[in-house]
Amino acid sequence: MNRSGFAGLLEYVRENWPHLLSLTWDHVVMVLCGLGLALIVGIPLGILCARREKLAPVILAAANVVQVLPSLALLALLMIVLGLGFKTIVVGLFLYSLLPIIRNTYVGLKQVDAGIAEAGKGVGMSQLQLLAKVQLPLAMPFLAAGLRLAAVIAIGVATLAPLIGGDGLGREIYSGLNMRNDVKIYAGAIPAAALAILADALLGRWQGRFGKRKVRL
Amino acid sequence: MIRFTGVNKEYDDGHQVLKDLNLEVKEGEITVLIGPSGCGKTTTMKLINRLIEPSSGRIEIGGKDIAAFDPVALRRKVGYVIQHIGLFPHMTIAQNVAVVPRLLRWDKSKTAARVDELLSMVGLEPKVYRNRYPSELSGGQQQRIGVIRALAADPSIILMDEPFSALDPLSREQLQDELIRLQHELKKTIVFVTHDMDEAIKLADTIILMNGGTIVQTGHPDRILRHPANDFVKNFIGKKRLQEEGRRRVFTTVDQVIADQPVTALPTRGLAEAVKMMEKKRVDTLLIVDPSNRLLGTVSIYRVLDHYGDEGKTLADVMTPVRHAVKTNTPLSVALNLMSEHQLSNLPVVRGEGEFVGLITRGSVVSHLADVYANPEGGEEVHAG
Ligand SMILES: Nc1ncnc2c1ncn2[C@@H]1O[C@H](COP(=O)(O)OP(=O)(O)OP(=O)(O)O)[C@@H](O)[C@H]1O
Ligand SMILES: [Mg+2]
Repeated sequence: MNRSGFAGLLEYVRENWPHLLSLTWDHVVMVLCGLGLALIVGIPLGILCARREKLAPVILAAANVVQVLPSLALLALLMIVLGLGFKTIVVGLFLYSLLPIIRNTYVGLKQVDAGIAEAGKGVGMSQLQLLAKVQLPLAMPFLAAGLRLAAVIAIGVATLAPLIGGDGLGREIYSGLNMRNDVKIYAGAIPAAALAILADALLGRWQGRFGKRKVRL
Repeated sequence: MIRFTGVNKEYDDGHQVLKDLNLEVKEGEITVLIGPSGCGKTTTMKLINRLIEPSSGRIEIGGKDIAAFDPVALRRKVGYVIQHIGLFPHMTIAQNVAVVPRLLRWDKSKTAARVDELLSMVGLEPKVYRNRYPSELSGGQQQRIGVIRALAADPSIILMDEPFSALDPLSREQLQDELIRLQHELKKTIVFVTHDMDEAIKLADTIILMNGGTIVQTGHPDRILRHPANDFVKNFIGKKRLQEEGRRRVFTTVDQVIADQPVTALPTRGLAEAVKMMEKKRVDTLLIVDPSNRLLGTVSIYRVLDHYGDEGKTLADVMTPVRHAVKTNTPLSVALNLMSEHQLSNLPVVRGEGEFVGLITRGSVVSHLADVYANPEGGEEVHAG
């Protein structure tokens, strides 16, 4: 068998596709959990930043600290606190995705024309209605861009999961590294890259929709 | 009615924007706030729907202090047309117009019907425009949407902050005409901000002229033109317009002499109703108009009483056709000749194809003449609170 050739890869994938598929599935689930948590926490924090200008630098700086920590270091620190496993990697992905989401929510809300926000207030929207009906919808293109960035980063970071006892396509890559088996490395790395490209393209299309809606000629 | 008593507004930076403001906005009238940029017009307007809170003083709507109202509920009851449009770019035209009805939780079909009605009212075909986005409309069309959005939930008070200032002169004129037409039907209490004197003169029932956070002069446009309170007012009105006004005074037109409240009635009214109306309004003649305000005829109290016994009759059966009427802008002298020649006690004024504008009566002629000749300089109404 030609161990590093394309034919070898195909052969390997044909024999192991249920396993690869399940690893891909694990990968996606981890990323979705991390991103979901980041959205649930990040959007309110972004809103808080936009509301309380004084808090904004503090929150953004804190999120930024997490972001600049090397991913391996962050995961290792988390492992010390939380132990091994799925939970730890999801928390890591969550922390990594937080900054783009907070920052883009904040910037998106800030760029909403003050006149339009005042119009909303002037026609009798409560603070909450103003946020839900005017400010957040108008911030959507920015939020979508943040989510897109976060997704691509998270898919990449998630390949480190096996180091702290998680699953996903990283498992294939690391066992390939350990066994000096190129085919295994490809079988893990290519789907991971494809996932990232796919997420980028899908979310990019979604993001583009918001821009078009305003000038739908 | 809206009333300001001793209202001051000072911003955090210590800048006193409004100084002891006392003013009154009458029900069913267009009151125009006018003055140079930065004089506090927008601030005054936003005090009314509590987008801004006064530093001191009292603001009442219908006799009630608005400080006691819930601001959100208040704003839903007061229409607001915003300086520089303020449509929501991410909502369709229908969604924009329906904003307040939806906040008020009207049911869907009622809201949709209202949106279509309003679009038609300003000459925008609902089928075409309903699902467009604001960016797909011209400036004038967007401004119309701004106006009908404020009308959507049928508020009795509407605030309009320089609604037409961003438009070219032609569409501006057109929208002003439309506003006059709408107001004729709707009789809203409108507070209209502008810094364009022509616009103020055209639209206002009452002008409130402001400068540096205080009121300089209040009154009917005509009053202000005839009796500017001081040099600031004269300068603001402009020499040219004052000269024009001087010339116009010689040729008084019928429009200036129209009686305050001519009493009109639809032809479908019964005779007993007609008697009640005449009694209540203390008039001896009713003008009969169709729903689009076209003049159909007149009915005198004597005609009504002659046929009173016949319960089946309506005003349509007893009215007499109008033999004499004058168009708007006819010189008063022409109208007076007509009245004395034919021994008329009143004379309708019409526009275009017979649209009823108002009535000249002997009484209104007398009070106009008294106004001009007996009291040439004493007409200022400088507001003193
Ligand atoms: N939030 C604020 N803080 C401090 N000063 C303000 C604030 N808003 C308005 N002002 C000041 O109050 C004054 C009146 O402003 P306002 O907007 O009422 O003027 P305006 O008559 O509507 O002018 P324009 O015709 O230019 O719209 C201005 O001098 C303005 O600089
Ligand atoms: Mg203004």
